[in-house]
Amino acid sequence: MDYSQFLAMKQEIGLLVVFVLIFLNDTFLPARAQGSIGKICVLLFGLFTAWGLAMGLCPEACSHDAVLAFSGMYETSPVILNIKNILNVGALIVMIQGLRWADQEMIRIRRGEFYELLLITLFGMYLMISARHFLLFIIGLETASLPLAAMVAFDKHRYESHEAAVKYILTAVFSSAIFLMGLSFVYGLTGSLYFSKIGAAVAAGSGIDLVGLIIALAFVISGMGFKLSLVPFHLWTADVYQGAPTPVTSYLSVISKGSAAFAFLVILWQVFGEIYSEAWEWMLYALIIITITVGNLFAIRQRNMKRFLAFSSISQAGYIMLGVIAFNNMGLSALMYYILVYIFSNLAAFGVIGAIENATGKVSMDNYNGLYKTNPRLAFTMMLAMFSLAGIPPFAGFFSKFFIFTSAINQGSVAIYILVLIALINTIISLYYYLLVVKAMFINQEDGGIASFRSACSERVAMWICVAGIIFLGIVSCFYNHLLTIAGA
Amino acid sequence: MDFVIPLLILAIPLCMFLLLGILGMKMSPKVAGTLGTLGMGTVFVLAYYTAFTYFFSGSADFVNGTDRLQYIVFNVDWLAFTPELVIRLGFLLDPISAMMLIVIPTISFMVHLYSLGYMHGEKGFQRYYAFLSLFSFSMLGLVVATNIFQMYIFWELVGASSYLLIGFYYTRPAAVSASKKAFIVTRFADLGFLIGILILSFYTDTFNFIDMTSNPQGVLASTGGATFMGASVLTWALVLIYMGGMGKSAMMPLHIWLPDAMEGPTPVSALIHAATMVVAGVYLVARMFPVYLVETAALEVVLVVGAITALYAAMVACTQIDIKRVLAFSTISQIAFMMVALGVARPDIHEGLGYMASMFHLFTHAMFKALLFMGAGALIHAVHSNDYTAMGGLRKYMPICHITFLIGCLAIAGIPPFAGFWSKDEILVAVYDYSTFWGVWMTFVAGLTAFYMFRLYYLIFWWNEPVYHHKPHDAPWTMSVPLIFLAAVSVVAGLIPFGKFVTWQGHEYIIHMNVTVATISVIVALCGILLARTMYRKENTLPARVKAFWPWLHKAALHRFYWDELYLFITHKIIFNGICRPIAWFDRHIIDGSMDGLAYVTNKASYAIRGFQSGNVQMYVWWYLIGVLLLGAITTICVL
Repeated sequence: MDYSQFLAMKQEIGLLVVFVLIFLNDTFLPARAQGSIGKICVLLFGLFTAWGLAMGLCPEACSHDAVLAFSGMYETSPVILNIKNILNVGALIVMIQGLRWADQEMIRIRRGEFYELLLITLFGMYLMISARHFLLFIIGLETASLPLAAMVAFDKHRYESHEAAVKYILTAVFSSAIFLMGLSFVYGLTGSLYFSKIGAAVAAGSGIDLVGLIIALAFVISGMGFKLSLVPFHLWTADVYQGAPTPVTSYLSVISKGSAAFAFLVILWQVFGEIYSEAWEWMLYALIIITITVGNLFAIRQRNMKRFLAFSSISQAGYIMLGVIAFNNMGLSALMYYILVYIFSNLAAFGVIGAIENATGKVSMDNYNGLYKTNPRLAFTMMLAMFSLAGIPPFAGFFSKFFIFTSAINQGSVAIYILVLIALINTIISLYYYLLVVKAMFINQEDGGIASFRSACSERVAMWICVAGIIFLGIVSCFYNHLLTIAGA
Repeated sequence: MDFVIPLLILAIPLCMFLLLGILGMKMSPKVAGTLGTLGMGTVFVLAYYTAFTYFFSGSADFVNGTDRLQYIVFNVDWLAFTPELVIRLGFLLDPISAMMLIVIPTISFMVHLYSLGYMHGEKGFQRYYAFLSLFSFSMLGLVVATNIFQMYIFWELVGASSYLLIGFYYTRPAAVSASKKAFIVTRFADLGFLIGILILSFYTDTFNFIDMTSNPQGVLASTGGATFMGASVLTWALVLIYMGGMGKSAMMPLHIWLPDAMEGPTPVSALIHAATMVVAGVYLVARMFPVYLVETAALEVVLVVGAITALYAAMVACTQIDIKRVLAFSTISQIAFMMVALGVARPDIHEGLGYMASMFHLFTHAMFKALLFMGAGALIHAVHSNDYTAMGGLRKYMPICHITFLIGCLAIAGIPPFAGFWSKDEILVAVYDYSTFWGVWMTFVAGLTAFYMFRLYYLIFWWNEPVYHHKPHDAPWTMSVPLIFLAAVSVVAGLIPFGKFVTWQGHEYIIHMNVTVATISVIVALCGILLARTMYRKENTLPARVKAFWPWLHKAALHRFYWDELYLFITHKIIFNGICRPIAWFDRHIIDGSMDGLAYVTNKASYAIRGFQSGNVQMYVWWYLIGVLLLGAITTICVL
């Protein structure tokens, strides 16, 4: 065996090193030093992220071709390196946001576990992204899913937290079962679990039953649709987002979703690329329309901020899928850029929600009335997040929507024009509910909602990073240009 | 050349704007004012260093033999839409931008200094300095633009900061409406500018000035001889671009905003509405000049519009009461002189003398007009009124102001050896060589200029002394120093051998005096001054008799030939009723109606499907399964 293959996995190995170090710290550090475990984790993971960014941004890294290892089960390439970097940045922000929450009385004693679980799910996502064989993919998928249930249940003392975890694990198991059944169909039809070999068999087309393949595809799509919370596989989302601790919710809504979106793209493009126009273009077409629309329709009615953002993230997932349906290189870069921007915008919103929840325990939109008077900085951060999510120029969210719509339009068919038009109409609807939050904070009269308070240093750092991202990711063009270059568009 | 200093020239005013804009209210006015002035002082030094390096270092980057070259200090990609369509931000050094690097920081620094005294104690002092810095940044960015799109961006920034400064006294309705008027009129003109840019870049595939101006025949060829409504496409593009210049430079019929803009603080008028922003139009035409040369029809437009504006503004200036408005109309008239000079510049007439003359006049005019405005500011500061009727006999009380104002008047009237004489003389030589008709026309305007400036001078400093409640006195040193400095510059600036530095295509040009033209123009100017002296030195009935002799002409000129009324009629009666009302109806009923409908449907649908999210996990799984099966089944049916 060629052991130099492990070099291709250096990011996974680096992440494991961080994980092991945290694990050792958590196990052997004396109890009085336990307080610093979160900071140690942020530090180590920050270094790891910086290392990844340095690799991803240096010019020769971008010119590398894809590298296959372990007889084609594992792949790494500049694109993959970059998507992992994007996820790292998001995970780092989540960790920083979580510092204050993890310091609470009830959680303090087992806070190390939070970081360990988070790192190991991230490891699973890495495998999902890099896998080129369904076996490895399933391992990654489950590694990314099961610890998340533990994270959702992390607030043991809160009833909603358990309920959310149970709902999550039940639906996740169900979806995995369906997904695996789809895979068994695929294996039966093509005789392989390698992405490339399945793709080749589908392309050859001889003797493959198209109906069987479509059924298998529907099962596979539903499995990924669960992770992405596409309608109708989304029903767990709102309950779990609401019940889970806020840092876990933000992690679920951006990192878990971002990795799934990319993995979904790889599966559809590489494995089923040959039956794009016969099958999955239309499946995805329908899913996008109902996802965006239903997500919006539910978001309008929500008063709980976390539930509200759950539905908003459902409709955002629909927009992300526009990059997949575009099926061209620009779609790939637009999708990565969308995930990047979405991470910053959504984490800014969750950062504010988390800060307010930690300080006052309030999560209802009605409590946000007059927030501008009492906590102007939080209100401004929230406003920027809402503007960016709604896609108002000149914030980053406008550019990400713009590029993803452009990539879809570049696909060129009339049906896609109609799809983009529907998506555009939905942005108007989404503008309404995003602005509802802004209205509550700036215009509605305060009714003894949230008193003025000073958020923790860690929370402020995380919010500053997000605000900087929202403002600069769009107007400074080099970020998107970099993604465009490595995507080869 | 290293890029650090040029970058600092732009970065310092921008940082100063951000600093004063964000933290200004936490500083005392004194600190804010000093900071702003020091920042501008640094820019002043750096810009002089840059310009002098360009003109005198003799480096092979800047000069080839006797020809001055265009040099790009830096040019970074800002927005790359496609590999071809890239918007860059850069810094271009060539004779005219280097000249502007002297003009803008000089005037801006003087205004910063002068405002320390003039604006002392005003509410929003810090805000004022923040806006001044923003304006300086935008104007500098405009003149060093390497491409037309960068110029357009800074062009708009200049417009926005001008809007903010005109409306500085935002509690005064007149100032607010003046700022709106300035913004709307110039924005309207910029619409033409933008369309012109788009047409031009559509055909040439580039925004870069150097690509266009180094190969103007290529620009012409790239349009492929396309025509639109009888004129070539290139003519259309150039005239539309010129329309942007007409707006900023207040050419007829888009001049109406400039007199009203005098509602802003007087130093602002000196900076923006006399010396820098209003010459942006001239600068634009000069920048694109090689392209204009291949399509001389557009230059004819520049010439005719300029000549008519020059005469019109000079006539109006003879009747105005508000001294700042006299100066405003005089500015319009003088900028028209520059436009006319560009309009008559041809390579075969004294190697494009008109181009050099125009830039020369831009330079000298900036100095003496800023001086006159600051002098007017000192007068207003002393008597608390803008009207000459409240002044008279002030020479006794304000000697510094009197002498400097007189120097400014002599300079603008074109009396040797003051600055204005030399530059105006070059313009007249160029115009006479092009056509005797326009030569006589412009000489007459020059005579009028001398007349209305000395009418103003005598009415302020001689005439009859009104009753002063407080004894007027000279301004504090912060205001006097800029006056004296600019007066000194106005005396000597004409002696600069300008042809060595700024000429068309950078060839050196030796200025010859044309004795005939010079004699005629001096005689005409002296006649104007003598006439003004006879009429206005001492109180007498002659002005009233002259007024009675041409009552209709006087009345029309006093009302600025009813341009504002015409605009009001067109906008209120025709546009509002004919266009805006139907649009408003459409907006209210169709657009709003559809949005309301969308909201209604959304709400209803949202209500109807709320049961979907029941909270029951078994139901969730059922929906999931139904979703998978439907997805598979429907696709199968569609495929088969």
